[in-house]
Amino acid sequence: MKTDALIDLLVADLEPSRLRFRSRLRLELACGGVLAGLILLVAIRLRPDLGAQLASPRLWFKFAATLTLSLASLGLVWRLATPGAEVRPWLKMLFLAPLVLGLGVLAEAVATPSSSWPARLVGNYAPFCVTLIPLLSAAPLACLLHALRRGAPADPGLAGAAAGLLAGGVGASLYALHCTDDSPFFVAAWYSLAIAIVTLTGYAAGRRWLRW
Amino acid sequence: MGLARAEKEWEALMRQATAGDGAAYRRLLASLTPALRAVVRRNCGRIGLDPGEAEDVVQETLLAIHLKRETWEPERPIGPWIMTIARNKLVDARRRRGKAATAPIEDFADLLSAAGADDDYDRLDLDRMIGRLGDRDQSLVRALAIEGRSVRETAAALNMSEGAVRVALHRAIKRLAALFRGEDS
Repeated sequence: MKTDALIDLLVADLEPSRLRFRSRLRLELACGGVLAGLILLVAIRLRPDLGAQLASPRLWFKFAATLTLSLASLGLVWRLATPGAEVRPWLKMLFLAPLVLGLGVLAEAVATPSSSWPARLVGNYAPFCVTLIPLLSAAPLACLLHALRRGAPADPGLAGAAAGLLAGGVGASLYALHCTDDSPFFVAAWYSLAIAIVTLTGYAAGRRWLRW
Repeated sequence: MGLARAEKEWEALMRQATAGDGAAYRRLLASLTPALRAVVRRNCGRIGLDPGEAEDVVQETLLAIHLKRETWEPERPIGPWIMTIARNKLVDARRRRGKAATAPIEDFADLLSAAGADDDYDRLDLDRMIGRLGDRDQSLVRALAIEGRSVRETAAALNMSEGAVRVALHRAIKRLAALFRGEDS
């Protein structure tokens, strides 16, 4: 069959005005986020002292770290799946999240006696943290991967991993509304571990489902 | 045609196509194909694929441009978008043929400066892949592509509704792209 015949076929399959890929990705991320938010409210619950903690810099640090990660990986993920988009600046933006984390850890080290550090690091609910963050990330990750199947990532594994980072960031931001382990030491260790699990899952899923 | 002008024209045609203008879409694909072919052929030579294989890469690139067209943002230049897709398909083809990934693949400027090349190859790959579609999809694809019938005529000939023809066609095109990738499902 000649290429002209293939063109006939493609023209016959043209349909008008489908949603742009970038909008679809945002829409599906919003769906996944809302779903995860509902799971948090209904099954996991907000921390009872959330109102009282709103003045605590430790709580705000948690959001600073998780939201920085979410925003940077959101910028990255659609670019990774869009042919010809500039990816490198957004790969660099990703380092903002560990930077925020490092500053928090430093501040905590300055502000607290070293005898209290092991307890702050271990916290009270680490096993919940590393299971509930992946659980809360599941819906955003599934929605992102579903949207990414319409994308064209040069490296499917990398795009899947970026989706995992973003889903992990969203899941961790939500979990921070429940979690009462407030030390930056705890966040640096356990939140990071939980997000790494989601990222690896995204990588494996991307290699499997995002080829095009 | 000037470089910037060619790109602007492709962008305008793609915008019209996105709005559902089939004639503009045909003009776009017909104008893109010789430029793609020239660039892909030249790169195939450098990475050790023969010119006949180049036409497979052109066809696979056209399929990808079609299926992934919603990843192009109307306010972004279309040239790098097309060239990145073509480059990805060249890399895939090279990997499939088990060639070592040595020679770099040329860049976008070549797409615009490439002299148009004619299609002298009646490719077997695509025919073989069409042969792996179901019977009904094969008749549908042959009617639309080779006999040059419209969707309405095809629907009447196959005793299907136009909507059903469109759905089956879209599935068949996605299946063809998957077969090019070497996936069977």
